[in-house]
Amino acid sequence: MIKFEQVSKTYPGGQQALRKVDFHVEQGEMAFLTGHSGAGKSTLLKLISIMERPSVGRVLINGHDLNQITRKQIAYIRRDIGMIFQSHQLLMDKSVFDNVSLPLVIEGYTRKAIAKRVDAALEMVGLADKARNLPITLSGGEQQRVGIARAVVNRPPLLLADEPTGNLDPKLSMEIMRLFEDFNQAGVSVFIATHDLGLIARMKYRTLTLKDGKMITDGLDDSQEIGNP
Amino acid sequence: MSLLFGGRQQGAAQHKVGLLQRFLMFFVDHLRQAINSLGELYRVPFASLMTIGVLGFSITLPSTLYILVKNTEQISAQWQQASEISLFLHKRVSNANAQQLIKRLQLLPEVADVKFIPADDALKEFQALSGLGDALNYLDENPLPSVLLVVPTSKHSSPTAAGLLLDKLRKEREVDIGKLDIEWLERLYALLNITKDLVNMLAVLLFFAVALIIGNTIRLSIMNKRDEILVMKLVGATDSFIQRPFLYTGFWYGLLGGIMAWVTVALILLWVDASLQGFMQLYQMNFDITEMDTGMVFMMLGTSVTLGLVGSALSVQRHVREIEPT
Repeated sequence: MIKFEQVSKTYPGGQQALRKVDFHVEQGEMAFLTGHSGAGKSTLLKLISIMERPSVGRVLINGHDLNQITRKQIAYIRRDIGMIFQSHQLLMDKSVFDNVSLPLVIEGYTRKAIAKRVDAALEMVGLADKARNLPITLSGGEQQRVGIARAVVNRPPLLLADEPTGNLDPKLSMEIMRLFEDFNQAGVSVFIATHDLGLIARMKYRTLTLKDGKMITDGLDDSQEIGNP
Repeated sequence: MSLLFGGRQQGAAQHKVGLLQRFLMFFVDHLRQAINSLGELYRVPFASLMTIGVLGFSITLPSTLYILVKNTEQISAQWQQASEISLFLHKRVSNANAQQLIKRLQLLPEVADVKFIPADDALKEFQALSGLGDALNYLDENPLPSVLLVVPTSKHSSPTAAGLLLDKLRKEREVDIGKLDIEWLERLYALLNITKDLVNMLAVLLFFAVALIIGNTIRLSIMNKRDEILVMKLVGATDSFIQRPFLYTGFWYGLLGGIMAWVTVALILLWVDASLQGFMQLYQMNFDITEMDTGMVFMMLGTSVTLGLVGSALSVQRHVREIEPT
């Protein structure tokens, strides 16, 4: 599903964020990406959502080389990827319903279809009764779940999450992770960047570890080791 | 359309929505966005009114000047004697021959009226006016020729048309010299042409300024919505989708500014008309001020809307592209 082939990324100014990263997340797989701050996690995710382009190497999604994607096509790529952010990226002056429906409005769904799908997505994340609220009136965990509802509302085959539990306590974090597991079981590929190693340890999924822009481990067994630097 | 996942259908295509409904939805969507944009203007009435005011007054000025020029042209066209043609006849032409010539001239379609001043009358007038009095009685013969004053119809009283008529009249056998009292009229027309050029230039400059002002206003509202645009881009909105509401905002600015200009020009004309009537009475003439006709109103609104759209399009293309999530 997501395939990196010898990908390096050097930012203007010479900072090397990724060095020859090579990995493959299969279709329907759930995997974690971890590493310290500045190890290149965010850069890696940005390469998948084409917020950045690789300096060297290829990034492929479902066998399509993202280097071939033109500027105008980027919007369509992002419709296939549900993205979840640590900072939620919600529109604070719009209701929860309007926030979640945004991807559907952009794709030109009819009103009826939008209402149906948004209700279903909010139901999934347990916020069915908060549709008319403004995000600002919700707690951090609830805001994150609004973000998740928005990411899954048009049923993308791939979910990307960047520190989705960053500001949440362990119990809420676990709830969020359970949500991702549910989506994964429904066939969605899920790729989560987090530095919450305790959480990863409890989840037992494949874990990719970045250090100074290099992929140092790729697997289940090694995930615990990074916990004690 | 999904680029990455061949079998994945999205949006309207997924629901097997009929072609007709999709076609209708396109207009419904646009209408909804247009109304939303109008609503945004309504929510910040003061700022919107200022922008609309700038647009309205900028279009009012050239429009008013244009109407002024047009009216001056009409007033000058009313001064028929301005292009009165004096025909001095050969001395050998008898009064009877002159009468025949008058009849021929009156049949010409360009001619409205012909006045005959026989040589004797001319001499009497000269005697009365010049103060030479009896001295003229010592002349052996009347040195003055008979004169025909030809007034062309209003259609042929413009300098060029009257000039053509003069050439035609000169060819008459009986005519010695033909003269057209045209000089001051030519000056007036030249002045009017300069004014017209100035009005046009002023209009172009003002229109340019208006497009820039609209562009800047739209730029500010794009900057205000930076966060929203970022989020929209993150969830897969195309540039054109994001641009559309701003283009509609430009459209509304244009339309409302145009309507404002229309009302202002109408008020100015109403005001000027009263004082103009007084002025025209001094010259014992009737004159109805030319109001804006439908064509002119449409032109004003069209120009205004075009300026709004051009201004916002210029701004939107640059600035929406610049905002990219990082």
